[in-house]
Amino acid sequence: MSGKFVSIEGIAKRYSSAGGATTIFENLWLSMARGEFACVIGHSGCGKTTVLNILAGLDEASEGAVIVDGQAISGTSLDRAVIFQSHALLPWRTVLGNVSYAVSSKWRSWDRARVRAHAQSFIDLVGLTGSEHKRPSELSGCMKQRVGIARALSITPKMMLMDEPFSALDALTRGTLQDEVRRICLETGQTAFMITHDVDEAIYLADKIFLMTNGPGAVLAEIVENPLPRDRGRTDLHRHPLYYALRNHIVDFLVTRSKTFAVGTPDHDPRNVPIVHIGKPGLAIASDAKPEAPRETSRPGQARA
Amino acid sequence: MNFSLRFRPAVVSIALFAAFLGVWHLATRSTATTTTMSPEYAKLMGLTATQGKSAMPGPLDVGAKLWEHLKQPFYDKGPNDKGLGIQLGYSIGRVGLGYLLAVIVAIPLGFLIGMSPLISKALDPFIQVLKPISPLAWMPLALYTIKDSSISAIFVIFICSVWPMLLNTAFGVAAVRKEWINVARTLEVGTIRRAFTVILPAAAPTILTGMRISIGIAWLVIVAAEMLVGGTGIGYFVWNEWNNLSITNVIIAILLIGIVGMLLDQILARFTRLVTFPE
Repeated sequence: MSGKFVSIEGIAKRYSSAGGATTIFENLWLSMARGEFACVIGHSGCGKTTVLNILAGLDEASEGAVIVDGQAISGTSLDRAVIFQSHALLPWRTVLGNVSYAVSSKWRSWDRARVRAHAQSFIDLVGLTGSEHKRPSELSGCMKQRVGIARALSITPKMMLMDEPFSALDALTRGTLQDEVRRICLETGQTAFMITHDVDEAIYLADKIFLMTNGPGAVLAEIVENPLPRDRGRTDLHRHPLYYALRNHIVDFLVTRSKTFAVGTPDHDPRNVPIVHIGKPGLAIASDAKPEAPRETSRPGQARA
Repeated sequence: MNFSLRFRPAVVSIALFAAFLGVWHLATRSTATTTTMSPEYAKLMGLTATQGKSAMPGPLDVGAKLWEHLKQPFYDKGPNDKGLGIQLGYSIGRVGLGYLLAVIVAIPLGFLIGMSPLISKALDPFIQVLKPISPLAWMPLALYTIKDSSISAIFVIFICSVWPMLLNTAFGVAAVRKEWINVARTLEVGTIRRAFTVILPAAAPTILTGMRISIGIAWLVIVAAEMLVGGTGIGYFVWNEWNNLSITNVIIAILLIGIVGMLLDQILARFTRLVTFPE
């Protein structure tokens, strides 16, 4: 991991309306290292999707800049692939056609055979071998999202942006796809930025969890470092001694502190967001939570507010 | 089940058609009441008076005449006596030409209107005023400026088929899902390539629907237009046979206009199915 691969520097998003401008968020600072997997958690309306769209180049910040790999971004780029919540496959193209479209957009000079071979290798990677010639309407929700992932990966981006990619799926397929994404990101060393509502998804996937307060006027409240080992498995995740402390900290934030944060923390410095290390003494708010303690006993947020 | 669902409606259709022919035949058959009159006068009065024959031709008359036409669809015995094939050919040719011109104008312009809210708003008042004008109202102006009746008819076809295509194309293009556009944007697809690889396929079903409405209107209008401009075409044929008092030929022409209209619609329906995608 090297320094700041992604750096969001003081961005704001305002919408002008009849009664003056509405500020969704402002003065938002955030950074990520190369190969890091970050999840953003926050309630609807806090501007998570807007942050992702600005990062993708689909939306423009009203203020501030976004720097990726040493360069300020302007507009969309093949370096930043997006996995859409609604998978956004082109329904008139087959699975292979959808992935090939992305491949031929990146490498315009490649001939058909080369594009197909490259696309095929990513279809194989997401486990869709044999379904290349199906159209999206013939696929299940899970398979559609796999195609979305294959399409995003096929252009070998510098980072992947995911806007609640699994929220439309049932719990079982969601788990399978999370495993898939985790495996692929670890194997390829992808930098990933993901928006989610699902606390367990964030704990399983993320190295870093960004907690955002409620909008309008949302701020990045805390950065939670995930204390779980990098080679964590889905099945024994909850047995880790720090799992519940971490989970409770995030849930508490979402339930109570996301509303009261701005009032309760007047001296919050958006450029220097506190980093929470669960389980390490002296740094964390939730450090005293015992692993076997029932959830009710650990309410670091309430104590603070 | 499948067989019977296809078979039974066909049986009902045939039965209905047979019943229609039967009623038609009975209603138009010869009545025996004839008056005696001098042969000279009888000649003048025609078969209706002498043999009690109905003035309206029966199905057998129409069938016999139709068979005559079908045996010789392309004869040409001067400007007032041409085969039905030739007349239909003229009409289809005019519709085809006017329609093609409308496609060339309406689809690119519809794209522009659909993609640019500015142009959409700027052109809206013109479209709103021009759209409800009966295409035949343009005819005198066209005849005066173009000074050619045949080209005027083509212009009238153009002007009547342009609106449904234009509006449907604009609507289809404007309604392309944002997420598909965003896919193209994140892949850094240029404007031209985006128009052809994302917007066109996405809007194609709507565009084809507009084209299907247009061909229907064009075929409706050509008959009336040819009645006005005269000379050739199925519309002219209808009017000419009315002047000849040949109701049989008028009925045959009506039947053929219906069949050709249906075929044109089916062709467009086939194209629409080709570009429609399931979601």
